[in-house]
Amino acid sequence: MHEMSLASAIVNTVVKHAGDRKVTLITLRTGGMRQVVVDSLEFYLGFVARDTCCEGAKLEVILVKTRFKCRPCGEEWEPDLPHFRCPNCESADVAIIAGEEFEVDSIEIDEEEAACTAPR
Amino acid sequence: MHRTKVKIVEEALDANNTIARANRSDFDRSGVSVVNLMSAPGAGKTTLLEATLGGLDLRVGVLEGDVQGSADADRIAAMHIPVVQLNTDGGFGGECHLDANMVRSALPAFSLDDLDLLIIENVGNLVCPAEFKVGEDTRAMICSVTEGEEKPLKYPLMFRACELVVVNKIDLLEHLDYDLDKLLYNIDAVHPDVPKLLVSAKTGEGVDQFRDWLTQVAAGAPAPA
Repeated sequence: MHEMSLASAIVNTVVKHAGDRKVTLITLRTGGMRQVVVDSLEFYLGFVARDTCCEGAKLEVILVKTRFKCRPCGEEWEPDLPHFRCPNCESADVAIIAGEEFEVDSIEIDEEEAACTAPR
Repeated sequence: MHRTKVKIVEEALDANNTIARANRSDFDRSGVSVVNLMSAPGAGKTTLLEATLGGLDLRVGVLEGDVQGSADADRIAAMHIPVVQLNTDGGFGGECHLDANMVRSALPAFSLDDLDLLIIENVGNLVCPAEFKVGEDTRAMICSVTEGEEKPLKYPLMFRACELVVVNKIDLLEHLDYDLDKLLYNIDAVHPDVPKLLVSAKTGEGVDQFRDWLTQVAAGAPAPA
């Protein structure tokens, strides 16, 4: 249900970098901890991108698997459930070393397409 | 057609976080501590505030976030507490959370210098509010025993994005087939060692401890979110 807000955040970030150039592809890196439903994100992106330089842009999502690391014993694992206890030593001092990403990795710009009307 | 790939690598929520930091600066300048109070709809945020704020020896203000209406703000205003209602229905179908910019738009309505504590009652939702910081010092979430014991495992972002978990409606436990130990175990699994308070906003049980926690926040503790 947070996908519409996230789609808006993506468009805002891309517009900042693309300026008035037409964007054809947005590559996003999102971690397992972010609980993003990709189909839903694509759906809402179609709405919030209207009348911006992202209108019609495709979305490519790189999913980053969640990975935890126990600070005391160094154990690393990919959790099935969000259990923040080390399976090796039971410590609660667990770091999320991957899975919290939600970043625009790159965009593809069509240099010859007419300038978009979105405010910069 | 000539296409160019541009590497960006930027946290997509950076814009929100920048505004949140601006809010935080304003709060710090005025010496007001800020709590972001989050929960699912109906967990009892407003009822807990009604039970708590009357006996609080602090100058408190409340920012009420709701998709629509002012029912909650009216309840707080009836206690003669400064309250501002923020409605989020301007968005596509109504935003399900407060973001930093929405909160910023409401700040001029408060006299921040005259407050010790500002409580931001977020829109009832267990997902989005966890992702959007608003400039708060600390976050508390309420889960009630009429929700499932598995909620922490289903909404780990929310149960991790807080410095206190309030378990509300414990007066109902005797009527429910509810495994409180299982809930506490699951909270601990998702967010080990997070402080937990067992509360009934209806009977007043545990409310004193929540009041003490708010007083500590206003005094500058616990650690910032």
